[in-house]
Amino acid sequence: MATSKTTMKKDSQKNHTAKFKKVLVLGSGALKIGEAGEFDYSGSQAIKALKEEGIKCILINPNIATFQTSKELADEVYFLPVNPYFVEKVIAKEKPDGIMLSFGGQTALNCGLALEEKGILKKHNVAVLGTPVASIDLTEDRQLFADHLRALGIPTAPSGAATNFEDALRIGHQIGFPLMVRAAFALGGQKSGIAHDDAELKEIVDGALAIAPQVLVEKYLHHFKEIEYEVVRDRFDNTVTVCNMENFDPLGIHTGDSIVIAPSQTLNNFEYHGLREASIRIVKSLGIVGECNVQYALNPNPKEGELDYFVIEVNARLSRSSALASKATGYPLAYVAAKLALGKSLLEIKNKITQVTQSFFEPALDYVVVKFPRWDLDKFVGADVKIGSAMKSVGEVMAIGRNFEEAMQKAVRMQSGATESVTDNGFVDKNEVRRFLETPTPKRLFAITESMKDGMSVDTIHDITGVDRWFLYRLEVIVRAELALEKTKKLDKETMLSLKRLGFSDKKIGQVIGKTEFDVRKTRKQFKILPSIFQIDTLAGEVPAKTNYLYLTYHGNHNDVKPLGKNAIMVLGSGPYHIGSSVEFDWSCVNAALALKKHKKESIVINCNPETVSTDYDMSDRLYFENLSFETVADIYEFENSGGLVISVGGQRPNNLARKLSKEKFHILGTTAQNIDRAEDRNAFSALLDKLNILQPKWQSFSTLEEAEKFAEIEGYPVLVRPSYVLSGAAMSVCYTKAQLHNFIGKAAILGPEHPVTISKFVENAKELEFDAVAQNGEVMVYGISEHVENAGVHSGDATIVFPTQRVYASTESQIREISKKIAKELSITGPFNIQFLVKDNKPSVIEVNLRASRTFPMLSKAMDVNFPEMAVDSFFGKAKPHTFVYPKSVIVKSPQFSFSRLLGADPILRVEMSSTGEVACFGKDYDEALLKSIMSAHTFDFRKKSVLLSLGGLVNKAKFLESAKLLNALGYKLYATENTAEFLNEQGVETTMVRKAYEDSPNFLDLMHSREVAFVVNLSQTASMKKEKEGEKQLTDGFQIRRAAVDNQVPLFTDLHLGRAFIKALSNYQIDDLEIKSYKEYLGITQ
Amino acid sequence: MNAKLIFKDKTEFEGKSFGADTPVSGEVVFATGMVGYPEALTDPSFRGQILVMTYPLVGNYGVPREDLWESKEIQVAGLIVSSYIDTPSHSTSEMTLGEWFRKQNVPLFEIKDTRALAEKLRDGGAMLGKMIVGKKDIPFVDPNIRNLSAEVSTKEMLTFGEGEKTVVVIDCGTKMNIARRFASRGVKVVVVPWDTDVTKLDFVVDGVLISNGPGDPKKVTATIANVKKILAKKIPILGICLGNQILALAAGGNTYKLKFGHRSQNQPAVLSGTNQAYLTTQNHGFAVGKIPSGFREWFVNGNDGTNEGIIHKSLPIMSVQFHPESSPGPLDTDWIFDYFLEKANLLKK
Repeated sequence: MATSKTTMKKDSQKNHTAKFKKVLVLGSGALKIGEAGEFDYSGSQAIKALKEEGIKCILINPNIATFQTSKELADEVYFLPVNPYFVEKVIAKEKPDGIMLSFGGQTALNCGLALEEKGILKKHNVAVLGTPVASIDLTEDRQLFADHLRALGIPTAPSGAATNFEDALRIGHQIGFPLMVRAAFALGGQKSGIAHDDAELKEIVDGALAIAPQVLVEKYLHHFKEIEYEVVRDRFDNTVTVCNMENFDPLGIHTGDSIVIAPSQTLNNFEYHGLREASIRIVKSLGIVGECNVQYALNPNPKEGELDYFVIEVNARLSRSSALASKATGYPLAYVAAKLALGKSLLEIKNKITQVTQSFFEPALDYVVVKFPRWDLDKFVGADVKIGSAMKSVGEVMAIGRNFEEAMQKAVRMQSGATESVTDNGFVDKNEVRRFLETPTPKRLFAITESMKDGMSVDTIHDITGVDRWFLYRLEVIVRAELALEKTKKLDKETMLSLKRLGFSDKKIGQVIGKTEFDVRKTRKQFKILPSIFQIDTLAGEVPAKTNYLYLTYHGNHNDVKPLGKNAIMVLGSGPYHIGSSVEFDWSCVNAALALKKHKKESIVINCNPETVSTDYDMSDRLYFENLSFETVADIYEFENSGGLVISVGGQRPNNLARKLSKEKFHILGTTAQNIDRAEDRNAFSALLDKLNILQPKWQSFSTLEEAEKFAEIEGYPVLVRPSYVLSGAAMSVCYTKAQLHNFIGKAAILGPEHPVTISKFVENAKELEFDAVAQNGEVMVYGISEHVENAGVHSGDATIVFPTQRVYASTESQIREISKKIAKELSITGPFNIQFLVKDNKPSVIEVNLRASRTFPMLSKAMDVNFPEMAVDSFFGKAKPHTFVYPKSVIVKSPQFSFSRLLGADPILRVEMSSTGEVACFGKDYDEALLKSIMSAHTFDFRKKSVLLSLGGLVNKAKFLESAKLLNALGYKLYATENTAEFLNEQGVETTMVRKAYEDSPNFLDLMHSREVAFVVNLSQTASMKKEKEGEKQLTDGFQIRRAAVDNQVPLFTDLHLGRAFIKALSNYQIDDLEIKSYKEYLGITQ
Repeated sequence: MNAKLIFKDKTEFEGKSFGADTPVSGEVVFATGMVGYPEALTDPSFRGQILVMTYPLVGNYGVPREDLWESKEIQVAGLIVSSYIDTPSHSTSEMTLGEWFRKQNVPLFEIKDTRALAEKLRDGGAMLGKMIVGKKDIPFVDPNIRNLSAEVSTKEMLTFGEGEKTVVVIDCGTKMNIARRFASRGVKVVVVPWDTDVTKLDFVVDGVLISNGPGDPKKVTATIANVKKILAKKIPILGICLGNQILALAAGGNTYKLKFGHRSQNQPAVLSGTNQAYLTTQNHGFAVGKIPSGFREWFVNGNDGTNEGIIHKSLPIMSVQFHPESSPGPLDTDWIFDYFLEKANLLKK
């Protein structure tokens, strides 16, 4: 019985008889929680696959920092919102014959479904490539899908769908508590949760229904395992599962927030293949053409001989997991999926790693992979640290080892860059450990190992956490090894080797025995204990492979490759995406690696982030999927006998290695480590500025509170307080009063002679400008100046940025150029750099200098059509040529993307600390048009809605906003406002309806927000930073409630006066129909 | 104690012993499957072989009850893994892998760089080797010169399942799951010793399965001769693995030794003349070369183009090089049993 000959096959075959000439690919827009860099990887692969077939490729994606939006990749790129309105416009203009929906995450998929539903695709004769829309629809409707699975004989957890609370309650009572509640059609498990009683159920259902039309209520499966399969199918019904993965955490933690291991470790053959067969059956029944993932809950203690499982979810598209699976196995899932969508068979697609086999196979791993999420919850004021069924992490790392211990310890180090081992933690007492053991948070792993140190048994920990004993036993091995070393402090060759095999870093070993990492390294090299270099070849060594995909392990005594030698240059990547370091650095990294070819150099990339393009096998001559620590970089450098290191394109993390690497006499390309240090050391840098007669905000370094107070009293509040080495404004705060200063410093607990804190005068109402450039031997070769729309005080990563500058005097710009030239000269800069300026009264002062590629590099490179990272590489070899600045024909505006809606309790307000997770940028014929498109790319703004909610704190804000309010009135917007604001506006003759406060009777502003008639909200606080300083105290002010209501209801929120005004002004000049549909090349004036 | 894997070419690899300290000699081969070690280790096709598993963590879920094994004992001569896991976690685990090996007197070594071993065997081909703990040495022994099927075959007739129709399994080293797959379809299964003349059995034989098994197919001459008789009687035949080679030899085809064989769970078998492919488990060092007359190629390997099965042009006589019964491995080709029973008209009405 050839069960494979199903009827779905014929359906999917129909679509593929046509030859496609032009295909539209939808991107995923800005990086946000639940949708990150993985879609840059998948989209880029898809575009490459299309181009190989000679198909013209059109891409819509407003994410300027992605590699896929490079001019060299797609034939035409549109930096426009991925929504049905704009996509239809592009379709009408470009007339593609096919569209790919599966490479841009849930954003692209939802947009595609809407296009199909509205008949737009049919109207324009555009065929959906790959998985048919009907199948996607089926997988997205939870009830229909549950019925479908039931018909296939595949179990789903008892469940029901509801569109209101009453139905949800009825279903819930039928199934019985505890219940799992999920929102349909939502990214990354948004607004889902576990309910133990009616009250919790109501809270979750209400939250979910605010963002989705339907909720699914299902049985919560306590301590089940969570297992995932990545499946590909071609239109001939050939199907394979490329990878399976097991979550370290039991069911209940979103897979994006789980530590994941591949392949599964605790499944036997019966379970592994039983679930595999079910995956294949599901995928075949859906007629998937391309990629699909299936997630299961598996009972670890089933009845005799049973496979007791339930399907949790199916994603009929490339996902974060598929990016991970691709990097974990070496199987290029996105590339293959694109080829399959074009109608090819798996047998026709060559295995690019082995070059001798084809794509119908399942990779055999001879290593293990651990994925570790990266959270930044402490960057959000008020955010709940509990993790659960809604994803909260902002990035992830992947570690490869020959055993679990090695991979897990690597992953922990990669994840933060500051944690050395699974045993490192900052717990203050046993109660805290117990709390973090019982409650799933980012700290749970560390609570487990700490409990082990304290003698808690594996069984007890298993009962509390539900983590499989297998993982716990492995962790216990690490804990015991550390305790033994602590006791003996003896480091002989055998001990060293066994510690390295358990994944201990030199630094960690040093910490335990009271030595530096350099001492341990020296000892280790004397013992001749060096890591082996192993290939990832998809077939566990069965076939010789010419793969360049490598990792390090201490479980070997040979190397799979030979050193490349001096002609190879190492490019250090950025590590995990997190707040402050995102896809923009990967873009610079990839471009630098590619540029090395031009200089006839070979490139070696090191990175540990599976969501990146830099970790694609075809971006470099060699890829080490490894940590960006000194130890690892040094080991690779010495093995390769490399010609040099590029540390200036991967953001702050590689840049921070400058001192250590140069201490070991490794060759760093570009600006010297000494000069990097001069720019980063505040005292040295301040002296340098003084010497050059360059203005800087008054500042002082202090190690006692008294000194800080004295400074603040002399200079006057507000003051900006921060530690000396800063990344994305970590632990930085503006203090307006003495009380706030006391509170902040107390909270940060970083004060002391070894950790001086700097305090500076916070200049109010100043502008902030960015100067990005590449210099060669101290001479600026290319530069661009861009302007923050918001005033200084909003982190540059959260600011709306416009290029070219719109409101800056020519004389200011000229001063900025001169200052920058002086600094470049003084620091003998070679390579990329960025200077942040504060401007008040036409007087620029320097805030900071970064001797590395900045966040704005991709935007400027694309806007100016000059590849800054490539120019930087040219400068390393003395080959950069000065670029003549040409005033651009268009304007580009970059907007931040926030993920507050994903973070329960977080206050969505702009501060000196960065909190955005991504960005978009759009071109326009002028500032207004570019701004509108940009904001529409980061928010769901609807032109048809004609009411706004205003809440303007303080008289100054009210007065400054008055003109905008009048403008809104004139534009036909109905104004709603909170009490004082309404009173003020009415007094000024602007007709405004007062809305009641949240705690007052309905209708209040919460009702208004729920009604969905509000187009956007403007909420200005008097002094934003004044309100949030009381530690631990839940801020339930009106302002907070309004802001939360806005993000929870997906209504655009403006908390900055300047941005709000600019937006309203733009609205007065443009209707949606006026917005140009022009491709990137058209903006650059490049005609086909 | 000092544990060593010594190859015929004198290269040595040091390791740590977790099994029995008995020295063994055999042909060293590697397998790349990531799950299913209890099934693989009890597969009689591994008889006489020292198995290197390339998946580095082995022992994770312990060892299940005997009725879940593929035969009554550990069949490999010895096992080499990169990291032996002595702390299994699974609801079906009855003992650790180490306990099992010690109980059955089979050596189990942990040698860290199993990738180097796989690369050596891949480049140099399967090679004789021995596993030595301590000082006690033994000579190299080539298992392929022995009739290994005779060693592993059942000595008496065994019956499984119930049904109107009977399939006889010629046991050249059969995996138990072959009998289970037939029995689950309502067919009575009689397992007979490797050299049984099936045509002389005193009951009606509706179909014959020539099982998998270890070693060189040309060594099982008695089976080849008996299969010739079965062919003459046109009794429906399904061959699996070694059975594929035996059928080919009996029908006038030939076989040859592969450089390092196929021992993995991710081998693509393409249905000849179509673009249908199936993922299969394989465990063989020999392959069918010339396809006998009257037969055509049924399946072909998607990677190296080697034969994966033959089928008679008109009669219900067929065989596959892969393992449709899986265990371990993917269940993609379980339909082969249905196909055979249907063609042989043995399906329960």
